[in-house]
Amino acid sequence: MEQFVQQIINGLSLGAIYALIALGYTMVYGILRLINFAHGDVYMVGAFVGFYVVRWMAPASPSGFGLLIISIAAAMVACGILGFIIERAAYRPLRRAPRLNALITAIGVSLLLENLGQLVFGADPKDFPALVERTTFTLGIITISNIQVIVLLTAVLLTIALQFIVHRTRMGTAMRAVSFSHDAAGLMGININRVISFTFVLGSMLAAAAGILVGLYNPKIDPLMGIMPGLKAFVAAVLGGIGNIPGAILGGVIMGIAETMTVGYLSSTYRDAITFVILVAVLLFRPTGLLGTPQRTKF
Amino acid sequence: MRRLGILSALALTLTLTHCAQKQDTIRVGVFSSLTGGTATFGISSTQGVQMAADEWNARGGLLGKQIELIIEDDQSKPDEAALAVTKLINQNRVVAILGEVASSRTLAGAPIAQKAGIPLITPASTNPKVTKVGDFIFRVCYVDSFQGVVCARFATQKLGLKRLAILKDIKNDYSVGLAEYFKQNAIALGAEIVAEQSYSEGDTDFRAQITSIKGANPECIFIPGYYTEVGLIAKQVREQNINAVLLGGDGWDSPRTPEIGGEAVEGAFFCNHYSADDTSQLVQSFVQRYKERHGYVPDAMAPLSYDAANMLFAAIQRAGTTEGRAIRDAIAQTRNFPGICGSVTIDEERNARKSAVVLQITGGKFKVYDIIQP
Repeated sequence: MEQFVQQIINGLSLGAIYALIALGYTMVYGILRLINFAHGDVYMVGAFVGFYVVRWMAPASPSGFGLLIISIAAAMVACGILGFIIERAAYRPLRRAPRLNALITAIGVSLLLENLGQLVFGADPKDFPALVERTTFTLGIITISNIQVIVLLTAVLLTIALQFIVHRTRMGTAMRAVSFSHDAAGLMGININRVISFTFVLGSMLAAAAGILVGLYNPKIDPLMGIMPGLKAFVAAVLGGIGNIPGAILGGVIMGIAETMTVGYLSSTYRDAITFVILVAVLLFRPTGLLGTPQRTKF
Repeated sequence: MRRLGILSALALTLTLTHCAQKQDTIRVGVFSSLTGGTATFGISSTQGVQMAADEWNARGGLLGKQIELIIEDDQSKPDEAALAVTKLINQNRVVAILGEVASSRTLAGAPIAQKAGIPLITPASTNPKVTKVGDFIFRVCYVDSFQGVVCARFATQKLGLKRLAILKDIKNDYSVGLAEYFKQNAIALGAEIVAEQSYSEGDTDFRAQITSIKGANPECIFIPGYYTEVGLIAKQVREQNINAVLLGGDGWDSPRTPEIGGEAVEGAFFCNHYSADDTSQLVQSFVQRYKERHGYVPDAMAPLSYDAANMLFAAIQRAGTTEGRAIRDAIAQTRNFPGICGSVTIDEERNARKSAVVLQITGGKFKVYDIIQP
């Protein structure tokens, strides 16, 4: 029992990170019907920006909560800009092209970021500096580290902020309108390009935050670190119902817990396999995902 | 006619320069992980080889020619290692190959060298399968079956621990093999394996496995992995308030282990090939020369690779030719070769028999705790 509860905590922390990445996938899909495969690599760039910011600000003995906030903010800004550039340079010219073109471009952008990352940051893994002194709390039968608390809290805070933006602001209303119908939204005077850019920026910022949280949680980062979490977050988005924001969070959490349980009770060999078993199962039995609604395909 | 003349002249020049290039140096290939997950291994290994080659060249080279090292980076990946070896043999026409430190990467490259009849010496691949690839494959380090005995004896007899757990890297031949030998010997010595979990190279989250291990309440966790993951594992072990002794193999030997692991690896033990603290003249003079060149104390990969290179060069000298079969035979006849990491005698299975040391991490440094003879 004690072990089970502990595994749930491990799974929740991992799931929170997947959920943050999955939000970007799901928002971009909701608006553009595009699976942005470069999203996992934006998350990698976020982790590296944080790494260099911390190194630059506190070269000797980096620590402190303030520095954590600064690095998260810096990474979010940098990745927001990166997301804007990616959309502007790679996807916007293809807006009217068949959807497959944009998908292939997304894979191209992903490869570009991965290889550029190896060139710029070096291929060897780097240790993310320990910004916060690690302590563990024992609550009854479970132990939880302050890092896990920070990861969970940040994820919850960012999700609340996102829900606020989507449901309580003009831009959020515009996003929902565009996701409903590009043409109708355009006729109502919404600047569609602006809304799409905004969505990319927002999603990339969340991915950047996830990158820093991973750096803090598992302090080893490398230029290819985005591939697997990116794929898993994509599966999480599909599981929750792609295009659906609460669904992405639910999917992320389920994925995190499923993975942890698989490793804990079966074998680590199946760690990545479980992801794709879930994907296949979802596509077979509930193609719209847990919280997704069926959509009519427009031709 | 005139054109034909120019062409043949050109061809002649090309052949001549080609021959000239072939004659003035002896090309030795090195494949190594200069980048990627275990980059520190590859870098110090290559530095060890380079040092040996420079010393031979300064003394007049081999068979009257200079040694030319051709170094290929395999990015810490087995498939790249196979490519690197193919390139060394087919394009660079090397006479012999040194490398890799990691067993899985040597296993990827060795069959290619074996097929081409090019002798290959690995400085640090301890998995038994490596030299079984064929009669052209050698090593200068001990085998995992011995390292497993050392670790099992150390944990059960020296430290008196009975409840042991294993956390191995399932993707890594070295780790899986070492875990198996440790397990067999520990059970034979009366200990109990209370938990056995695995991870994959490149993982960063080991909490699920550690939580399972914690449930079994072990006194010692054996982690036969590489330094890249070991530090992270140690941190996550301590994060869950587990006080078990951490124990590992020579894959831990990198300055990055205490760097990544910090407090978490303090007091941990691992089995190794040599200690920089060894007072023997041979070791101290090597450490001194290495420090002068690179500014820091070498890990075991540098002296092992230095030994491998010296053993190879000596064999080529004895063979008196650069023909593959002759070099192979000369390496196979190596007896009591005075290496930095102990005296090397190549046995009939092309393995080296030698002693091991157990080091403890104290204050971020590696200190000798025990020396175990074969």
